[in-house]
Amino acid sequence: MSQSATKPVPVPDEASTPFFDGAREGRLMLQHCAGCEKWSFPVRERCPHCMGAKLAWRAASGRGTLYTFAVMHQVMNPGFAADVPYNVSQIDLDEGVRMVCNIIGLANDQLRIGMAVEAVFEDLGDGVSIPKFRPVTG
Amino acid sequence: MANTSKGAIVGLGVTPMGRIYGRRAVDFAAEAIALALEDAGLQKSDVDGLLINANIPNDMLPGAQMTLGLENLTLMNVMSAYGSTGGSMMQYACMAIREGLANTVVLVYADAPLTPSRGAGQSYAGPHRFPLGGMTGLKAAYGDFGANLGYAMAAQRHMHLYGTTEDHLGTIAVGQRQWAVLSPWAQMKAPMTMADHHASRWIAEPLRLFDCCLVSNGAVAIIVTSVERARDLKQPPVHVLGYAQCAPGDNASTARHPGVETGAKRSGEAAFRMAGITRADIGSCQLYDCYTYTVLVTLEDYGFCAKGEGGPFVADGKLGPGGALPTNTGGGQLSGYYMWSFTPMSEAIVQARGQGGARQVANNDFTLVSGNGGILNYHSTLIFSPHAGG
Repeated sequence: MSQSATKPVPVPDEASTPFFDGAREGRLMLQHCAGCEKWSFPVRERCPHCMGAKLAWRAASGRGTLYTFAVMHQVMNPGFAADVPYNVSQIDLDEGVRMVCNIIGLANDQLRIGMAVEAVFEDLGDGVSIPKFRPVTG
Repeated sequence: MANTSKGAIVGLGVTPMGRIYGRRAVDFAAEAIALALEDAGLQKSDVDGLLINANIPNDMLPGAQMTLGLENLTLMNVMSAYGSTGGSMMQYACMAIREGLANTVVLVYADAPLTPSRGAGQSYAGPHRFPLGGMTGLKAAYGDFGANLGYAMAAQRHMHLYGTTEDHLGTIAVGQRQWAVLSPWAQMKAPMTMADHHASRWIAEPLRLFDCCLVSNGAVAIIVTSVERARDLKQPPVHVLGYAQCAPGDNASTARHPGVETGAKRSGEAAFRMAGITRADIGSCQLYDCYTYTVLVTLEDYGFCAKGEGGPFVADGKLGPGGALPTNTGGGQLSGYYMWSFTPMSEAIVQARGQGGARQVANNDFTLVSGNGGILNYHSTLIFSPHAGG
């Protein structure tokens, strides 16, 4: 996927640095609670399940299923002018976490709710990589 | 017999709506409040409470009370639960009046995001709203801008699970346009057919342009007072018989099913219980309609039909003029005007007073009103009636 110079690139902050460091190294990092053993996303200081403070970053499986998706036709940011129509999707990760993402590697009309997907990592430049998802094959 | 009134609505002010440029939100607010005072037969000096609905540009802040020229307020706040806020404001106004904090409370929503140089979508949810720091920047990197995508994903999930179709959504849009044609306040007056709906451009599949609400510059103000005082004022009082809220929880947990199961279920049950009535008593619904889909899922969660059957339920046109369940009788936010939960509240007041003219429903004993915010993350319910109950 080509990257327009004007496409937005996230700027990691202190709290999200482990997530972006992981993505640069090809790992999907999520927070895991040592108190209740549940995973959470996006980044926060306290576990949303038990409100405990024992959150630690762990590598997740990167596997999940497509919960739902939409195909965007509006150009809300000029960086996406060449991409429309593009999908924005919600992935149910095996860890019990749902995240918004893009699915790559197939046409939008081939997207099927429930399909198995896995994380891949895209280099946006500026030392920033982000996870995207592709169908699990074979 | 319904339970007793919790508070009375005695004034309504609705400014001209739409592409009206060069005015600030607070100036629209002042006009709406002046119209509401005139409607109620009250003076500015009677107002001792002001609740302001925070808007997206965040230009309706506490200081607005000074710009508006209000004095000696004993109840004042800016409130936010996004599109459900108006319903919450009505609840707090009723409680504050019963507790003696204030006697004449103005509720106001005002917004002026439209400019001559930008389309409605860009005005409301353009890139200026999306910072790049930390995890927030991820949304922008995925091209996840604005609410259209969130509701499109919710509708897609519903279609997958239950077989809901584009025709089902289109029926809602067409019915509301039929109502709008009958309303002098509505922005969209040209009739719409199902073919027009299907020919409208994609915004975010499966939602088309005609599945999406308008964006409006304008304001609505509503005046609330005690049941006793309302009897002596100019307009027939509209009584608030039931109310409730529900914010169901985190979208990012796979233990929940956001988008297809909303706070309307719990909020609706509680509001009906407070009012002492049932769904069968409802003469019309004024439902928050940021999208056609929002109406469909709200009807399901209020129990008018089973979960998943919203599409077939609306398919016979029962929501439109002449239908069995008149809904969004001013055109709603799809075809009337986009004032968040002040759109359904304002139309419910008109209907409960019996002032709807060509769009007046035959049964106005009980009107059901919903507010909804975020991506179906916040919900408020109100039940209005011309009868004080008890």
